[in-house]
Amino acid sequence: MLVAVIALVSLAGIFGLLLGFTALKFKVEGDPVIDQIDALLPQTQCGQCTYPGCRPYATAIANGEADINQCPPGGEVTIVALSDLLGVEAKPLNDDHGTHEDIPTVVIVQEDICIGCTLCIQACPVDAIIGGAKQIHTVIEKECTGCNLCIPPCPVDCIDIIPRPTAAAIWHPPLPGGPVTGANPS
Amino acid sequence: MSSSNQKITPFHGGLHLDGHKQVSTQTPIASIPVPQYLHIPVPHNSEVTATVGEHVLRGQALTTSSNSMTPAIHASSSGTVRAIEMHAVVNRSGQLLDCISIETDGNDKSIEPLAALKPSADNKQECLDRLRECGIVGLGGAGFPTAIKVATDKSIDTLIINAVECEPYITCDDMLMQEQASRVINGAETLASIVSAKEVLIGIEDNKPEAIKAMQAAASNAERGKIVIVPTIYPSGGEKQLIQLLTGKEVPSGGLPADLGVVCVNTATATASYDALHQGLALTERIITVTGAGVKKPGNYLTRLGTPISKLLDFAETDHKVYQQLRMGGPLMGIPVKDTSSPVVKITNCILAEAAQPQHAEQPCIRCGDCVRVCPAKLLPQQLYWFTRATEFEKAEDHGLFDCIECGCCDYVCPSNIPLVDYYRHAKFEANNIKSERIRSDRARIRFEQREQRLERKAEEKAALRAAKLKKLKEREEAKAAQQEGTQDNKQDEIAAALARVKAKKEKTND
Ligand code: SF4
Ligand code: SF4
Ligand code: SF4
Ligand code: SF4
Repeated sequence: MLVAVIALVSLAGIFGLLLGFTALKFKVEGDPVIDQIDALLPQTQCGQCTYPGCRPYATAIANGEADINQCPPGGEVTIVALSDLLGVEAKPLNDDHGTHEDIPTVVIVQEDICIGCTLCIQACPVDAIIGGAKQIHTVIEKECTGCNLCIPPCPVDCIDIIPRPTAAAIWHPPLPGGPVTGANPS
Repeated sequence: MSSSNQKITPFHGGLHLDGHKQVSTQTPIASIPVPQYLHIPVPHNSEVTATVGEHVLRGQALTTSSNSMTPAIHASSSGTVRAIEMHAVVNRSGQLLDCISIETDGNDKSIEPLAALKPSADNKQECLDRLRECGIVGLGGAGFPTAIKVATDKSIDTLIINAVECEPYITCDDMLMQEQASRVINGAETLASIVSAKEVLIGIEDNKPEAIKAMQAAASNAERGKIVIVPTIYPSGGEKQLIQLLTGKEVPSGGLPADLGVVCVNTATATASYDALHQGLALTERIITVTGAGVKKPGNYLTRLGTPISKLLDFAETDHKVYQQLRMGGPLMGIPVKDTSSPVVKITNCILAEAAQPQHAEQPCIRCGDCVRVCPAKLLPQQLYWFTRATEFEKAEDHGLFDCIECGCCDYVCPSNIPLVDYYRHAKFEANNIKSERIRSDRARIRFEQREQRLERKAEEKAALRAAKLKKLKEREEAKAAQQEGTQDNKQDEIAAALARVKAKKEKTND
């Protein structure tokens, strides 16, 4: 028994070292263009752009495989920023991917219904849900990106979307409704 | 010490406006009777300590805050707390705010004043605590906590008392100086001691001759305190503008006056600071100008904080049919009053009843450049406007959006009637929002990457574990096989031995 434990521990240690070593040795230098694009994406990690997260989408844009108007959570602000960065024309959001909500949302777990199955925890891309097996789960509002990926796996449908409370409470000074004019003449 | 031979350095732009100030300076300051109900808004990140049904006295603190810099609010007369609930207040959003409503008992009983505190270089912290405890904030309109302003550990050469009062119609500081000049000087002296300022400059616009006379007389006995007369041009009372006028120094973008060795405080704030330190009194009242169309008794009124605006209007005999809109503050920077049950608060310097003005629809910008010529912050207002319309908020920020003091000069001159400041308010909010969302998304990115790494590591650990288990299994099988071989040998030995024994036995029998 002791031999087995020692063997396993030392193996784990060796693999750990090996991993650390390869990570350093074969470190892929971050592609600066992808980094720059990724920095402008909202990091909701929702997959609505059809890529499994913001960085994969950033990579696809950098490779010319994806358009700049596929991210609903980012909306117009992100599209304008991307068009500035990449020197391409801004265009409206492609609504095939979804619509932009002005007030960001988060989810809450209805704790009286939750059965503690942990399926939502496994779905959350940013570890924003806490709770162990057979224990009621709670969403950390500060970390939830509102990607809604935790909703479909829930077998008892106890996860609800709500406007992010801290954002909903603040008043947004509206844009005055001025006359429609052409582009910036400068 | 009092002279006015200070060199004046003009700032860029500004407007020459009709002051409309004489209307409200004809009568002495009058006191508004304590109303039956006071509504006192609970400041942001404060906790209410008063409870419904509790009897409170004037000057009693109603809130505390975990943030050591948030000033307290106080009951402004004695009475019973009737409710702590949402109530109309004057703000741009029109949102209700939590207010503490007190039904006054008519006795106007106060708590014991705190012990007098003589400010010196050694008890600065005590003085700052006192200012916060007594709820002192900037009374000129910004409402910035005075304790924070004077807390600076930079060495301060100059304390500036902002007695400019440049926005039309407003005369509360003017009347305060005319009637209580020595209190203002005492206040200046108090604050100068807290920040250890070498000189005190008191800037007053040249359209207030009475106030200048009174202040000069009061300052002549004071140690520090020099009256500087500045030309009447809006917005010479803007903090950065006044500092430039009096010292010739420009506060850099994103910088603080203290970086230049300057602290700038409004007149009424200085007197309230004096009351807090020397008299031990909390801020529970202020002077408010009530003036404008339909106000039959325009003037300045000493008003308890929390008094509904309707009471002030009634006291000043306002004909509600004459004016079109009410504003809290002046015509350029004031906030429209939508509900006259809203209370007056610490920053309420004026209630202005505005006559109907011809409304012009917003037209496209014709790039006339008038806004650029008047902008006291030396910005390009039309450029900020274009960036805002194009949702390029970060570019607007790069072009000095946050240096805009929302003075409204650009609005005022724009021939196309563009509500420029409304655009900038929108842009400032959005630019700040982008920043806070970016902080959030940076956190999400890190958490996402950490999770990916964790999942990868788990997969690798699992693979390692599987490999280890497989190896162990193989070893065991090998060992088993080896053992089996061993036992076979034994058996054969045993058989051989048995056979030998049998053979030996047989041989014995045969003998
Ligand atoms: S759609 Fe979702 S996953 Fe794709 S870039 Fe936008 S936020 Fe990220
Ligand atoms: S809690 Fe749900 S909605 Fe929020 S980030 Fe996690 S998976 Fe997305
Ligand atoms: S004043 Fe008005 S019309 Fe003229 S440049 Fe400025 S924003 Fe345009
Ligand atoms: S409101 Fe802002 S942009 Fe307009 S003149 Fe004043 S400081 Fe300049």
